[in-house]
Amino acid sequence: MKYLDEYRDEKIARGIVAALERRATRPWVLMEICGGQTHTLMRYGIDEMLPAGIELVHGPGCPVCVTSLETIDKAIEIASRPEVTLISYGDMLRVPGSHSDLFHVKAQGGDVRVVYSPTEALKFARAHPERQVVFFAVGFETTAPANAMAVWQAKREGLWNFSMLASHVLVPPAIRALMSSSRNRVQGFIGPGHVCTVMGYREYEELIRQFRVPIVVGGFEPLDLLEAILMLVTQLEEGRAEVENQYVRSVTYEGNLLAQKVLAEVFEVCDRKWRGIGGIPESGLAIREEYAEFDADRIFGTEGITAEEPAECISAEVLQGLKKPTDCAAFGKRCSPENPLGAPMVSSEGACAAYYQYRRHLVTVGGSR
Amino acid sequence: MPPATKLDFALQCSVPLAAKESVLLGHGSGGRMSGDLLRNIVLPALQNPVLERLDDQAIVEIGGSRIAFTTDSFVVKPLFFPGGDIGTLAVNGTVNDLAMGGAEPLFLSLALILEEGLPLETLRRVMESIRVAAAVANVAVVTGDTKVVEKGSGDGLFVNTSGIGVVAAGVRLSADQARPGDRVLLSGTIGDHGITILSQREGLEFESAVASDSAALHTLVADMLRTGGEIRCLRDPTRGGLSSSLNEIAARSRVGIELEESAIPVREEVQGACEMMGLDPLYVANEGKLVAIVEPCAAEKVADAMRRHPLGSNARIVGSITQAHPGMVTMRTRLGTSRIVDLLSGDQLPRIC
Repeated sequence: MKYLDEYRDEKIARGIVAALERRATRPWVLMEICGGQTHTLMRYGIDEMLPAGIELVHGPGCPVCVTSLETIDKAIEIASRPEVTLISYGDMLRVPGSHSDLFHVKAQGGDVRVVYSPTEALKFARAHPERQVVFFAVGFETTAPANAMAVWQAKREGLWNFSMLASHVLVPPAIRALMSSSRNRVQGFIGPGHVCTVMGYREYEELIRQFRVPIVVGGFEPLDLLEAILMLVTQLEEGRAEVENQYVRSVTYEGNLLAQKVLAEVFEVCDRKWRGIGGIPESGLAIREEYAEFDADRIFGTEGITAEEPAECISAEVLQGLKKPTDCAAFGKRCSPENPLGAPMVSSEGACAAYYQYRRHLVTVGGSR
Repeated sequence: MPPATKLDFALQCSVPLAAKESVLLGHGSGGRMSGDLLRNIVLPALQNPVLERLDDQAIVEIGGSRIAFTTDSFVVKPLFFPGGDIGTLAVNGTVNDLAMGGAEPLFLSLALILEEGLPLETLRRVMESIRVAAAVANVAVVTGDTKVVEKGSGDGLFVNTSGIGVVAAGVRLSADQARPGDRVLLSGTIGDHGITILSQREGLEFESAVASDSAALHTLVADMLRTGGEIRCLRDPTRGGLSSSLNEIAARSRVGIELEESAIPVREEVQGACEMMGLDPLYVANEGKLVAIVEPCAAEKVADAMRRHPLGSNARIVGSITQAHPGMVTMRTRLGTSRIVDLLSGDQLPRIC
């Protein structure tokens, strides 16, 4: 298939791996930011191909995994109300909150629906003026513009039965937090290609100045990732720390200015709690005061809901790249996609689920292969 | 766990959910949740050796004849879609469940559960589809039932069909027959039906040129059996897709299955839709495809016979049975690495981004 097969070519992949073997003179620890990238690495077994010293650890870029427990609890609370239709992206439905998940709310009679785009939620709100339609907006900078657009559009139309439970998160503050940690092992980042399609990569230059860590914005196909790894190792071996763009077919330096504009119109930067990680200052997007009448958190009075997450699993360390999913004693035994102990086992983009789904056969009990 | 400092992260994680005590949509997905429901609630109540084979059909002996018997309920939304409708599915689905046991399908029953308010014109259209599909498959609908439920208690129209057929002497197909060295044959492209339905579903609509592959496969099976090659097992990979069928065979036969990614035919439209939504065609439903486990020396011969039949023109050998990893399906990827083709827990969910 055009634009896909070219990026999944075994011969070219072997060529890049050979180049990596020539270039890498010592071990390097790299982190891919996005859950989508983790998924590709596992699905195509790219970890199997890499030279022994190149270690990939998996970043916090899975929207399902990092959405805080209290946000899930809020969505569950709102969805349980009889007048509400809660509309969500599909993979949020299985994420466990404190006591339930949205699948169970649906089974109990809650009106929970899955869409692929927030404009579908708008369409539903227009067609059902008698329902309070709430869109559950999570994700990184990638999904934020379309969600902002939906709120902007609702206000323009006076669609008063539409609102949004927004819990967006931002990548650069997460990288900053990771690099500031005294336990950090990461020496180079594969940057988030979709996030940078929207935001460009200007803001990553500041991170480089602060931490002197190379960042290569990477795509999501096997050859994208292998090339990004090669670019990172080349920088590291040459002692450089720069932002480079591997994903040139999608990402530009400035990003999508129109998308950034609508994002800034509707959302403002806020402090945000990340599931499994904790609070990171200025790491989220919240609905601006001017759009308060579309902010489900305010409309439904759920602002007060808080939840504490007990230390049950090692997902915090997995999301920071300190440990691999297979380092967990519960992996594949007490923790599986049916009975997840933590969010990274829920979404297909979660590191634990990706290992479980694609790489379990290469894992020996009690540790990585 | 070290105490969190200002710069370090607090190490926290989520709590596991309490026991899941109600039916969820995932229990109907054909994945691991469906299997758990069967094993934990349904089968313990009904223990008998025929049922415990867990094939797509039961094969029982009556008066010296081997009779295949099966039943299936159809709950598709929307009722009509490119390539068919709930009526076509109800006939072909049951015919195929019989065919996968090597049976010649003969008679069907038809039960309709109608929701108050369903337009009679809808029912007429579905009945016409059932008539045509039964005629094409050369089976007779010989008994039936109708029930009406109050508005809101159904979803327009649910259909159940049961079917019986006769299995020729010497034909023994079952999911526990696969042996190391056997080949895995697939009759054509995967994912056509599931993607067609998804493209029509409210909230997810997208334009697509793909149509459901709904078809009756018993004449294809008859051609395969006529080759005389040893066929161990047949499955039609409906809900849960190719992955679920193969995982079932791997588990029942206690063998590994290794697929070759590049050999599995997927239509470009289906691949494109899957890429867009983050789905894997291996888990997407089919309604007119079969997968066969065939002894190695007969594999080419059976594949040739499949390719001569219009419903098997894209047939390929897509993998083999191994001794390694019993109970597990793995796949050699396009990059030459290997990955698991796992049984999914519930339904595949479109991803966020």
